Order: sequence, then structure tokens, then C-alpha cells
Amino acid sequence: MKKQLFALLFALVPFTAMAAGGESVPYSMTPDLHDKASLQRGMKLFVNYCMGCHSLEHQRFARAAEDLDIPQELVEENLIFSSDLAYNDQMGNAMSTDDGESWFGAPPPDLTLEARLRGTDWIYSYLLTFYRDPERPNGVNNEVFDLVAMPNVLEPLQGVQEKVCAETDRPVHGAELDPLTGKYQSCEVLQVTQPGSMEPEEFEEAVYDLTNFLAYVGEPTKLHAQALGPKVLIFIFIFGVLAYLLKREYWRDIH
Amino acid sequence: MGNPNRVKAESGFMRWVDDRFPATQMWQEHLSKYYAPKNFNVWYFFGSLALLVLVNQILTGVWLTMSYNPSAEGAFASVEYIMRDVEWGWLIRYMHSTGASAFFVVVYLHMFRGLLYGSYKAPRELVWIFGMAIYLALMAEAFMGYLLPWGQMSYWGAQVIISLFSAIPAIGPDLAQWVRGDYLISGITLNRFFALHVVALPIVILALVVLHLIALHEVGSNNPDGIDIKDKKDETGKPIDGIPFHPYYTVKDVFGVAVFLFVFCAVVFYFPEGGGYFIEKPNFEPANPLKTPDHIAPVWYFTPFYAILRAINFSLFGLDAKFLGVVFMGAAIAVLFVLPWLDRSRVNSMRYKGWMSKVMLALFAISFVILGVLGVLPATDGRTVLAQICTAIYFAFFLLMPFYTRMENTKPVPERVTG
Amino acid sequence: MADNGVNKGRRRLLLGATTVVGAVGAVGVAVPFVASWQPSARARAAGAPVTADVSKLEPGQRMTVEWRGRPVWVVRRTPDMMERTENFDPSRLADPDSEEPQQPSYVTGPLRSIKPEIGVLIGICTHLGCSPLFRPEPNAEGVGTDDWPGGFFCPCHGSRFDLAGRVFRNVPAPTNLEVPPYRFESDSVIVVGEDEEAA
Repeated sequence: MKKQLFALLFALVPFTAMAAGGESVPYSMTPDLHDKASLQRGMKLFVNYCMGCHSLEHQRFARAAEDLDIPQELVEENLIFSSDLAYNDQMGNAMSTDDGESWFGAPPPDLTLEARLRGTDWIYSYLLTFYRDPERPNGVNNEVFDLVAMPNVLEPLQGVQEKVCAETDRPVHGAELDPLTGKYQSCEVLQVTQPGSMEPEEFEEAVYDLTNFLAYVGEPTKLHAQALGPKVLIFIFIFGVLAYLLKREYWRDIH
Repeated sequence: MGNPNRVKAESGFMRWVDDRFPATQMWQEHLSKYYAPKNFNVWYFFGSLALLVLVNQILTGVWLTMSYNPSAEGAFASVEYIMRDVEWGWLIRYMHSTGASAFFVVVYLHMFRGLLYGSYKAPRELVWIFGMAIYLALMAEAFMGYLLPWGQMSYWGAQVIISLFSAIPAIGPDLAQWVRGDYLISGITLNRFFALHVVALPIVILALVVLHLIALHEVGSNNPDGIDIKDKKDETGKPIDGIPFHPYYTVKDVFGVAVFLFVFCAVVFYFPEGGGYFIEKPNFEPANPLKTPDHIAPVWYFTPFYAILRAINFSLFGLDAKFLGVVFMGAAIAVLFVLPWLDRSRVNSMRYKGWMSKVMLALFAISFVILGVLGVLPATDGRTVLAQICTAIYFAFFLLMPFYTRMENTKPVPERVTG
Repeated sequence: MADNGVNKGRRRLLLGATTVVGAVGAVGVAVPFVASWQPSARARAAGAPVTADVSKLEPGQRMTVEWRGRPVWVVRRTPDMMERTENFDPSRLADPDSEEPQQPSYVTGPLRSIKPEIGVLIGICTHLGCSPLFRPEPNAEGVGTDDWPGGFFCPCHGSRFDLAGRVFRNVPAPTNLEVPPYRFESDSVIVVGEDEEAA
């Protein structure tokens, strides 16, 4: 009976996992919204590599420029490619929904809220784990997004990544841990087989910057909120102390 | 001049007002000469806090409507417009979304207080029933409000709940279609939910709050001992164990407000998504009638009832499981309304009830929380069994109450309030 | 509840302190609500300066651009038009020297413009907000006066303005047409809504 009770209570364990945000992904990153340089690099990567297909329809160039300390002229010269878009406009893109649908089978989604929808770990892992897969129509697949329709647009930077048989430090699904070396032996290991223009560490940093930028875009007011928070809480605390003293003073009457 | 039976100020401006409007009379009746028991404990903060949250919701809600666009094409974008383009819009929106959850937190604690100290028992049956009506209206208000951001969870949550109507035999499908005003949830549904959420239901809730308070002040507040302070009065006719609500409980409640606001603001500024429970992640994607999210869970405050709905996976008396689930879910709420007549105990407060009442209340509270957790999780066989057990306990608490409250030995009740 | 032993001073002090802090808090709460009525980023974007290319604007012609939801006229005046305007009898105008603040400080002279040949005006009658008609030819018909130097005629209530937007005497409109802030980005491109660089 006790065992059954425990089994029933164990049924509740995933509750906390749910709260953390669903499926597990191979890589994780912690956004740093204070790192303006990273966010600026991320924005540059986004407009160069992503904005051809993906829009940020709720994010204005001007807002990003102000928040990331980029001068207006720099934005207008280097980050706005479409003549239809102005500094104050939202970061839309030129591709029509119909085009996207016919080219990729589905319109590329707007990415303004992607970091809040899927989480930054997911975006980070997704961008790192494209690999060549000849069975797919566009020649690539992805570890966290199986049967992905998007081509690996960052391949010129990353190089060609493929699944190879190798040893790795990271746990791989279905692979046994070798107790002697402490490594995993698997034929599912992703490895860059033809180098791109970036070293693997460099590329990881670039993907970090890009993900960091999307984290910023998801909630541009976050830093503002976190800056205001302590002031508000200290104020309420002081008010609470006064209110408590007042209450105690009045309640001296009550015996 | 005016009604001579009223309490009036001696002279001056207040006298002028009192001759035309019973301001002094109301002030005294409801605050400065409303005698509340002096032994309120921490459970008694949540009523005034619920009022505070109501004010917060109305104020922030009015401001949100100024920039919100209730159309299928524009709703999602207008929420992001509020979050980004409107000055301070993010703060007002987070105060509203956090306020919704805070409302249910304080209301659930407020209701549990009622269970604990028998605040629903005679002569407070109407206080309880008005309160339950507020709770019901609040659930409708929250449900309709959740559709407005027009995200995936808004859409599919509403889809599931409205489909419940279709479980009703014979008229069900037509009823669901009537509620939607369309063959699917569309801008038409959004528009009527918007009207109900921002106009109709707030008026209903405000009116019910007034009724709740009038009924309460007519019969007087209960207290942790569950005894009537009006039984013991001093020579001037004031209850010996009563103290004027103002200033004693107003200053006490102000302190409670400060504590509440501290927690509330911490959430608003640092965890507005409430870990995915206050604002669910799929709601960051616009509603798409062609694609259901992988996992649909209602917002946390509905999950106990949602778990009861899902726990019913069997047919009974020729009723199919779908309809039976709706019946059980409805009954779980309806049974709360008749609570005052289920409790046959000689005493009000749990302090003086017997062990059976205490055990049943503890089991009930635990079951309610477990049901709440289960309602968030995807259903599995094991969880369904657990939900069925908890559902059984939920109903047993109410339906067996007439028996165990009468059978058990109660402790003697003190003459005067204690501590 | 007897009054014995109550420290009234302390009580008053605490009551005052709590009230003051509470009032400050209430003002603090009001700030976001009041501030949220400011023009939003969308409104500011829509009200951002607009550019107009006047290179294709022929002499004597007018073009209209929209700025903050209002028509802004750009007129390329011919030498003849300029002469008619400058030599027009000032006694027939209500404010010939533009003394009312209906133009930025850098817009001067009878032609009310930065460059004499390019006139920039907000095309809203200063009477009740109609948009006047463009009647550039001298002695045009239907403007209600014989000696017409060319200008703008408001059909709503018959107000008359010359080609520099200066209002006539004895018409309903009280002031000259408004000149918006503008500057020349290049010889042929003007930016409406931005002041000339302070130079």
C-alpha cells in the first residue's frame, strides 16, 4: 500500500520539470543583457543571416539602437537593408508569407518572442546542432528540431557539421559511458568536418551573441524592470516597517 | 432636514452632507463603529487583500483597454504593442497578469479561512453564498480574460473549456456554437469575451462584493473561535471582545497590504511569467486554429477542477464519460454553495470540532492541492488513478459532512474569545 | 481601550510618517499610469520627420506631403510669384511681417521661407481647420476679391492667404498659415519636422 502511495506521489515529480520549460536540450546558455557588445554583435548577425526570412515584427530598429547604444547613423547605414524600412520601423522583412510557404513548406515564423516561447537554451542548441543529412530534401537536419525545414544559414561560419563515430565528453542519447576514459562512445557525435570561416569556439560565441540578442528582443523592458525592482521593494519595505510600528502602537489599546 | 433617524455630524460641512447623504452613518456602521472580534489572526488579512487586488485589476484593466485591440488580427500584436511601445505598458500589463493569479491566491486562502473557522455557518449563509458567487464570476472573468492576448494557450484553453458545453446531451453542440458565435473560436468570440471581461463581469463582481460586505456587516464577522462576540456586551452595548474596525483593523490591514505588495512587486519585477504558470509559454505564439500546442494546461487556478474533469474516464448510469466529467466538475463547484447546510456541527471553528472534521479538512486540502498539480501535468494512467482518489476525497469531504460533523465529539467552546 | 498610557505624540508621528510614505507611494503608482498617456513609440514613429524630394517640383507647382497626419504643402515659387507676393500691399494683410509665432525663428521675410523659391506651409486653415485651395494665378476667379496676388483660398469660410501663407485682413482666419519646422538635407531634399541645425 505504501509503495503504491509513493508511486502515486512520484507521478507528480515532472511538475517541477514542467515549470522549468519542457524538453531538455544539449546545450545551455545564460543570457547577459548587460553585455551590450554581445547584443550588438548579435543584432548584426541577426540582420545579416536571419532577417532575410525571419521578421521581428514587434521590435523597432530605433528601440534596439537606443537600448544597445548603437548610433542612429550606424543603424541606418549598416543594419537596415531594405529601402522600405526606416529607423523607427519595426524589424520586418521582405519575404511574403506565400513565398515562405512555397520555399520552405511553412512560412518562417516571426522571432520576436521566440526566446520566451522556446527558451534561450533551445535556440542556442538549435543553432549549434545542424548537421548534414543527405536524406533530407535540403540536405540538413537538426538535433533539437527533427526534420527541420530551415537550411543551415550559418554554415559558412560554422563549416560543415556531420554525425561521426567518436568519443565525446557530453552524454549522447543511447550511448554508454566508458568508465575508464569517462567519455561516451557514439556514432551520433556532431563534428565539424570542413571548417568554416570561424573556429568552433568563435562560432559558439557568435551563436551565443545571436541568442542573447533574441533574449533581449523577447523582453526589451527586462533590464528596466530589474533596475526599478529593488527601489520599489525597498520603498515597500520601509512602508511596511512604518505600518507595522503604527499597528503595534494602536494595538497597545487592546488587552 | 433629511432622515432624522440617521447619525449625523453636529454641524459644519459634514452636517450639510449628512442631511443629504448618510456619510457619517455609513462611516460608523462599516468602519469606526463596526465592532470586529479582537482575535483575528493572519487568515483574516485575505479579505481586504482581495479588495486591493480587485482595485488593481480594475485600474490596470481600464488602462490596458486603452491600447488593446480586440480583434483576431490585432489582439496579439496589440499586447506586444502595450509591452513595448506604450510608455510603462509592460508594468501595467504585468500588474494585471500577475494580479489575476494573486486574486486567486488570496481568494483561495480567504475561502479556506471560511472552512477553517466555520464562517459559512448560520447566520452567515448569505455571506458565504455571495462569496461563492464572486468566486464563480471571478472564474468566468479570468477565463474570458485569458482569451484576450490571443496566444496559442488562450485559444486552445478556450477551445477546451467551450467544448465542455458540447458535452451536454441534446443541446450541447448548438450551445457551444452559440457561445462561440461561430463554427470555431474566432474574432467574434474574442469580441464578446472582451465585452464581458471588461464591462459586464466587472459590474457583476463589484455588485456582489457590495452584497458580500453588506451581508457581513449585518451579521458581524466570525472569528477563529467561532463564537458570537455579540453575546457579551458591556453597559454601553458594545461587544466586550469587539474592537472598532477603524482604526484597529485598518492599520493592521495596511501592514498586511505592505507585506502583500512586497511579494506582488517581487513577482511583477522579477518573475512576471511565474515560472510559466502565470503566463504560459505557448502564449508567446499567436493563436493558430490549425495547430494545437503539444501540451495544453489551464492556468493554475483552474487546474483542480480540470483534474476532476479528466479523472472521470468511465461511464455511469448511461451517461458517457465526457458528460459525466462536466457534471462532476460542475458539482465540485456547486457543492460549495450548499456547504452551510452540510455542516451540522454544534460548533463553528475547527478549534473545537472533533478529530474527524480535522482529518477530513486536512485530506480535502491535500487532495485539492494534488488535483491542482495533476491538472497541470499530462494525464497518465497512474495520475488518473491518483486524480480519481483525490476527487473521491474532495466529494467525501462535503457529502459525508452531515454525518461526521454530527457524530463526532466536540470540545467545549469558551465563553470569551481566546488570544 | 482606555486612553491610559497612550503616547499620543508617538502615535501621531507614526500616523504622519505612514501617511506621508503611503502618499508618496500612491504618487509613485500614479506615475506609470499618467505617463502611459504620452505618445507611444508607434505614435512617435508615425510623427517622425518626413522627407520630400523637391527636385522634380516644377516652378509654380505645389506638392503635398503628410506629416503628423496633416498636409504639408511645398510650393516652388516662380520669380513672378515671388515678386507679386513681396510687392503686395501690406495694408491688405493682417500680419504682413509675421509677428505672430506661426513659424520657426529661422523662417523670415515676407516670403516666410528658408529659400525664397521654396515655400513650406501646413495646409490647414487657421480658422476652423479646412484645407484651403491652391489658387496661384493672379486674379483667379472665385476667390472673392479682384486684386488677387495668387495664394490660397479656403472654400469653407472664405479665408484668403497669399503665396507665403500670410492671411488677408477682414477674413475669418485670425493668423497666417503655420510653417512647420523644416530643413534642407540637400539642395533638393527637405526634411519636414526637424529644425535647421543651430548654426
